[in-house]
Amino acid sequence: MQVFNGISLFTILLLMALGLAIVFGQMGVINMAHGELMALGAYVTYFTSRFFASHLPGWMDIYLFVAIPLAFGVTFLGGYLLERGFIRWFYNRPLDTLLATWGLSLILQQAYRTFFGAQEVNVPLASWLSGAWNVTENIQLPLNRIFIIGLTAVVAVGVYLLLYKTRWGLAVRSVTQNRAMSEAVGINTARVDAVTFALGSGLAGIAGCAFTMIGSTNPGTGQMYIVDSFIVVVFGGVQSLVGTALSGFTIAQSQTTLEYLMSGSMARVTILLLVIVVLYYRPSGLFSSKVRA
Amino acid sequence: MSKITRRKFMQASGSVAAAGAATTLGLWPMRAFSQETVKLGLLHSLTGTIAIAEASLVEAEKLAIDEINAAGGVMGRQITPVVEDGASDNPVFAEKAKKLLERDQVAAIIGCYTSASRKAVLPVLNRAKGLLYYPTYYEGQEQDKYVIYPSQEATQSVVAAIEWMAKEKGKTFFLVGSDYIYPRTCNKIAKPTIARLGGKVLGEEYAPLGHTEFSSIINKIKAAKPDCIYSTVVGGSNVAFYKQLKAAGLDGTKQVLLSTVVSENEIEGIGKDNAVGYYACMGYFQSIKNPVNEKFVKAFKAKYGQDKVIGDPMQVAYNSVYLWKLAVEKAKSFDPEKVIAASSGLEFDAAEGKIRVHATNHHVWKKVRVGRARADGQFDIVWESPNLIEPNPFPKL
Repeated sequence: MQVFNGISLFTILLLMALGLAIVFGQMGVINMAHGELMALGAYVTYFTSRFFASHLPGWMDIYLFVAIPLAFGVTFLGGYLLERGFIRWFYNRPLDTLLATWGLSLILQQAYRTFFGAQEVNVPLASWLSGAWNVTENIQLPLNRIFIIGLTAVVAVGVYLLLYKTRWGLAVRSVTQNRAMSEAVGINTARVDAVTFALGSGLAGIAGCAFTMIGSTNPGTGQMYIVDSFIVVVFGGVQSLVGTALSGFTIAQSQTTLEYLMSGSMARVTILLLVIVVLYYRPSGLFSSKVRA
Repeated sequence: MSKITRRKFMQASGSVAAAGAATTLGLWPMRAFSQETVKLGLLHSLTGTIAIAEASLVEAEKLAIDEINAAGGVMGRQITPVVEDGASDNPVFAEKAKKLLERDQVAAIIGCYTSASRKAVLPVLNRAKGLLYYPTYYEGQEQDKYVIYPSQEATQSVVAAIEWMAKEKGKTFFLVGSDYIYPRTCNKIAKPTIARLGGKVLGEEYAPLGHTEFSSIINKIKAAKPDCIYSTVVGGSNVAFYKQLKAAGLDGTKQVLLSTVVSENEIEGIGKDNAVGYYACMGYFQSIKNPVNEKFVKAFKAKYGQDKVIGDPMQVAYNSVYLWKLAVEKAKSFDPEKVIAASSGLEFDAAEGKIRVHATNHHVWKKVRVGRARADGQFDIVWESPNLIEPNPFPKL
């Protein structure tokens, strides 16, 4: 049961951190507004569910399958515009990016508050996702969590294929490793940057969509997850997506185990201490790839 | 995205500076105690994290002001509300309170929501000798000379809630809350109460503020199999908590859960179907049946829309304006010291029923009720305290 909780938390962390890791690791952009892109995905899901509820009530059960691509699409587009209009002016200035995107996150939060209201909105859960799978008398696995686990698996495999099996993925990796050389061989690095950022944003959108199933949707939603995502990414080593996955797994399992053994706040403190100790000995993260700097 | 040029930025900041200079040069806003009007400060978070809960309080306060103005005002003067945004930031609350009292010269402030924001405002009140009405239920442990507390403090709701659960639902309890002062104080009151009733606490868990992963806590609850869960989880965490309880197979039909912080407003965010069957203990529920409440609900919906719901703090915010008005009329003065003195023993026929300001401790005697959430997001009132409960902000623990 606790193991299942750990896996479930792991997939959630991974979903949050993947987009961040792509943007952070491949482009060196510390995107503090990542959480707000998640919130955007959550709001897209909310509006999709509202649309289905009022126009297609019979199809309410499958609105999620419309909401997921839609959340991805909208945040992808939002991310693209952000990169073109904002982020690209801050490349190679990590601290400035941090401040700029933090400001951006505040602006976005306030915009959500203005347009969508400060109140929390309720995203209904499709009927086939509520309830639990009773494995035995005492072990019940909530269906929405199983769904999120499946969704994360699909997303993770998709990202892997995209980055390692396509020409575009090759271009991304080459730009990461040597920007000047990539430009020299004719790769449009500006475009690669924009699409990479947009992809990272789109993943945040999917994460936001998934969160509506377990958490709350309000203008501050993103804030609740951003710290966790950063911990996962930094702990795992920023350059490595596999590292992100492994660190997500480590953190999630320790977190749920510790939470069961001690109080929630103490579990969090312990995790943070653990991360600090590891980063002290391995400054570039637990699973950083060996590269020549 | 439009680019902000350096020139535009300079122009904008220039005009802000000019406006600031104008006020300091003596173009002061109208004095509060003019012949026709009196100013009342409304200080709440309209932006930031807490705006979720707090913004609607201003609506209720404005409704009360409109009603009083339509009926002729306070001692013949119309009330002008001065709304300030505390922005969910405690230093901002203190600064805005100072501005309201010193620059706007408001006769009183109705405001704050979190205890932290109230604590930030206290020194300002004491320095400027200003009066604050604090419309939120809270943990007690406080009594300030310049504050009136018209909502239930912890002993009023917690003791009643625990007694009701122990009598009706069973004697084993699981206490779960967010990790900060309100839940911890409530549980400090709950534990001796449970012991006194011959009950047993099977577990006590705190989740960090804003936590959204309750699976471990829910596992512990399931392992403990309590008769009743007493919840003081606050804010957005409740959405995650209720949703995950339901996903884990515990819902209002199978498990007794009572919260002293979930009102109709929170249910909106939690989702009606996730909350159905769970209990809340409050001073006020929108579904209370009495003529005063019917009139109040009708007036509120007429002004702000039919789909609006009214939670406990909103009703108390509305009461606060009236309590101030009655005290002013009794004192025949807007002077805070006299208004405070006149507040002792003041009675008001509120939507929640009669309330009476305590003779000495600035809190109010009031009834509390236990409601069970319905599918439409409203509560069926299943229990009501027979008498007004005396406020006791400093219980012996």
